[in-house]
Amino acid sequence: MAKILDETPRPTLKDRMTKMVDGLQGSQAWASIFRPGSIFRKGYTDSPRNRSYVVMNSVLYHLHPVKVKRHAVKVSYTLCLGGLSFFLFILLTVTGIFLMFFYRPTDVSAWNDISNLQTSVAFGLLVRNMHRWGAHLMVLTVFLHMARVFYHGAYKPPREFNWVIGVVLLMLTLLLSFTGYLLPWDQLALWAVTVGTNMMGYSPVIGDQVRFVLLGGKEISGDTLLRWYVLHVLMLPFVIVIFMAVHFWRVRKDGGISGPL
Amino acid sequence: MTEIPEHLLKRAKAARAQTSDAPADADAPAGGGVAVKEKVASAVSAAPARSGPLGTGPGGNTQRLLTVVKSGSIQDVKASPVDKVHTWPHLLAAEFVAALACMSFTFFFSVFVNAPLLQQANINKTPNPSKAPWYFLGLQELLTMFHPMIAGVTIPGVGLVALIFAPYIDKNPSNKPEDRKFAISLMTVHLMFWAVLVIIGSFFRGPGFNFTLPWRDGLFFEL
Repeated sequence: MAKILDETPRPTLKDRMTKMVDGLQGSQAWASIFRPGSIFRKGYTDSPRNRSYVVMNSVLYHLHPVKVKRHAVKVSYTLCLGGLSFFLFILLTVTGIFLMFFYRPTDVSAWNDISNLQTSVAFGLLVRNMHRWGAHLMVLTVFLHMARVFYHGAYKPPREFNWVIGVVLLMLTLLLSFTGYLLPWDQLALWAVTVGTNMMGYSPVIGDQVRFVLLGGKEISGDTLLRWYVLHVLMLPFVIVIFMAVHFWRVRKDGGISGPL
Repeated sequence: MTEIPEHLLKRAKAARAQTSDAPADADAPAGGGVAVKEKVASAVSAAPARSGPLGTGPGGNTQRLLTVVKSGSIQDVKASPVDKVHTWPHLLAAEFVAALACMSFTFFFSVFVNAPLLQQANINKTPNPSKAPWYFLGLQELLTMFHPMIAGVTIPGVGLVALIFAPYIDKNPSNKPEDRKFAISLMTVHLMFWAVLVIIGSFFRGPGFNFTLPWRDGLFFEL
């Protein structure tokens, strides 16, 4: 009678979890997603070989080498400013795509769309805030990154050309911020852009033409809005991504980051 | 042609003296000549006289010293050791933390501070003052002082060109702050110049873009 009862103890929750995780990590699907050396793979151990694989066998290898100079990982040297600029760019892309779902770049609907986004879209106000503050923050980090690079003399050979690309990136960042400024189509946007484009109109010889091309007319109108919208969401991001790719590639080709002092 | 190191010359001389002593060859070099080329010629010509196989050296050796190449004369050796660490985890962990901190700052700031949204744009109603975005306020401030051709074109144009060509203008190879006092001073003055202009334009300019004090008249500034 007693023999019928199973005397093995019931598996605890912990045992079941372990078994489930093992089963998942051992599955073919899992192994096909995470390449050898990935920290998410079954049986990952911390060894020099695996540390190399983490970078070498992942898409990160496009950005980082397997090893970097010891002084390069000191936060006090770079203050992470370049990396944070890139991160903010990604954050702005993600929040910007969200905003695009609720926005039409015409003088009739633009302001109403933003207003509705803030009042009747879930997380609309929060995402718009993050997009705006992130944009100001990115201008700041890019600018500080430039100052940091200058004070470290990191623009000196062989990194001269990467500095030039960096200045172009700073200009593109300012342009991205400035084109985004108009899009809410409120009084702040309209008049800030009026003042800004008037300043561009002072360019010698071609000033009026530059202003005309930028505004799509003699003065700011719905045409300007469409024009700046396309610049802001498509053209300038496209251009800046190309320059960023070259910028990051040159960092590695020029022998990693500069220094130590 | 690089000079042959002293110790190699001595060794060659000693070997030559040894070979010329042991077999009584007539054509062994006398007096220990220095040139290696002569030695080669003598070795080749001396070989048939001895019992060794054809083409061997005086001691029966089958190799000979043709020339001495110092390291660095052909190949540029840059093998100065560099202290390196693995990107994972040392760099990636720091980057991850920085990204997380940056995102949480943006997130919490956005929870508590709303982006401005004023009245709908109206071309017929000019707000007073009208200000450019903050990073252009330095320029707008300059425009109150100089002719547009100078403030709007010449000064920022020269500044931008100087910035772009900085690495080609600054020929000083050192990156040590103590060697770059001029460059650092110039950049600091330049940055401070714009920072002060931006601050004045942002906080100290009120209606009509006239000078105000923010603690007296309030702020005329929207981000």
